[in-house]
Amino acid sequence: MKLVMAIIKPFKLEDVRAALGAIGVEGLTVSEVRGYGRQKGQTEIYRGAEYAVSFVPKVKLEIAVDDGLVDQVVEAIRETANTGKIGDGKIFVYELGAVVRIRTGETGSEAL
Amino acid sequence: MSGMRRGGVFVAILILLSLPQSAVAATLSGANTSWILTSTALVLFMTLPGLALFYGGLVRAQNVLSVLMHCFAIACLASVLWVVGVYSLAFSDGGAANQWIGGLGKAFLSGVGVNALIGDIPESVFFMFQMTFAIITPALIVGAYPERMKFSAVLLISGLWLVIVYAPVCHWSWGGGWLGGMGVMDFAGGLVVHATAGVSAIVIVKCLGSRRGFPNELRPPHSPGMVMTGAAMLWVGWFGFNAGSALAANGGAGMAMLVTHLSAAAASLTWMTIEWIKFGKPSLVGIVTGMVAGLATITPASGFVGPVGGLVYGVLAGGVCYAMVNLIKHRLAIDDSLDVFAVHGVGGILGILLVAFFAVPSMGGLGLAEGMTVAKQFGVQVLGVGATVVWTAIWTVIIVKLVELLVGLRVSVEAETEGLDLSEHGERGYHI
Repeated sequence: MKLVMAIIKPFKLEDVRAALGAIGVEGLTVSEVRGYGRQKGQTEIYRGAEYAVSFVPKVKLEIAVDDGLVDQVVEAIRETANTGKIGDGKIFVYELGAVVRIRTGETGSEAL
Repeated sequence: MSGMRRGGVFVAILILLSLPQSAVAATLSGANTSWILTSTALVLFMTLPGLALFYGGLVRAQNVLSVLMHCFAIACLASVLWVVGVYSLAFSDGGAANQWIGGLGKAFLSGVGVNALIGDIPESVFFMFQMTFAIITPALIVGAYPERMKFSAVLLISGLWLVIVYAPVCHWSWGGGWLGGMGVMDFAGGLVVHATAGVSAIVIVKCLGSRRGFPNELRPPHSPGMVMTGAAMLWVGWFGFNAGSALAANGGAGMAMLVTHLSAAAASLTWMTIEWIKFGKPSLVGIVTGMVAGLATITPASGFVGPVGGLVYGVLAGGVCYAMVNLIKHRLAIDDSLDVFAVHGVGGILGILLVAFFAVPSMGGLGLAEGMTVAKQFGVQVLGVGATVVWTAIWTVIIVKLVELLVGLRVSVEAETEGLDLSEHGERGYHI
């Protein structure tokens, strides 16, 4: 099992959710986060003054999947979240040690 | 004609008082009274909550409550001081010193009965209407020092300022003092409200210092939507401010409302266009700042100019105030945080100086007083600006230095970093 964690642009969330649903992803967790990468934040202008906003709003997705689905999930995110512009985000894949469904006590792939 | 109109009312009262009782023929006008009652509510609405929200949205999220608190507490403090003695100092007869300051004969409104009239409206209504001006003027100065001033210093400075700066300057122009006597044209407060607030803003900032991180590491305004909400309330409330200053429900009030509205609209579009050309994007904070500039600038002229004057005032207000924000904040690096001087001070003074030219009938204005020429009127306006600026600057320095000795001006570095909401008031604007 793997945990796929992706940081994407907020406006791409709906597209990514639809694409993941289409390949059989049953659930995901979303958080609103802030951060920066090589784009190094952005600037905003108020009354002629530039403000450096070092942390840009992003959305973080966390998806636990079986090993067989990992490549498809990564590819689906990469395709739908891609605008070709700087700041599109990154995808991280972790080994997943254990999963437990709280209601039933099922473990492993059964719990996904 | 407020400068003249309000002064004229005052002279009329003196004449009436000097006549035998049987000759007192002033009767109450229900129409005028109801409009000034309405205007009073509109002008209070400018501060609570208009100005509070306008300023609150421009600061960091950790300071939003402190700014709302400043505006609210100043409104309460100014109201109490107004009845205690500031109204009397501004609007009652000062005897031998009347050119400079009123007396204390109407402290606690003593001797002012429920049927007392000022012109043809009840004195209670006149008192309340003028009180809302005394509330918003020190509240405007809040924009100079947010995010770093101690709350105790805010209250002390505002209270002393109302007595020492506002009361005399108000008396000079509107209460029977020397400027009104010379024929200065300040319909609704270019000198009395906006020039005093703007000049004090700069002076306080020079004594207090900049926010930590100014100019390069500041947070942007935390809620432009709140800024627009407050600004829109200011716009509506300003109808009471300017059209109410006619002290009557008549054509003069109607024209004042009309030119006020046109100036606000034209200044908003001007500011928006400048930003659009310069930065590629027209911003909400920009357009509403232009609106405030347009309203402040037309304020002294609103009872004297015509529709074309209103439009020209707006365009000039947007352009000049925009340039002044750039000069004060960015070139001179003075942290007048919410641009009180550049928008209100400069706007008010600009409006005062232009009146002499735009009040003449050939410019669509309603005309100068009898015997006045443009040059002579301009001279009086310049004198008014000079005297108001000098008096305000000198006394503001003294007040601020005194308050610094008494309680100190700035919060600690830790409190400033954490934000005044928690450190000064023990509350948080947003629980997220």
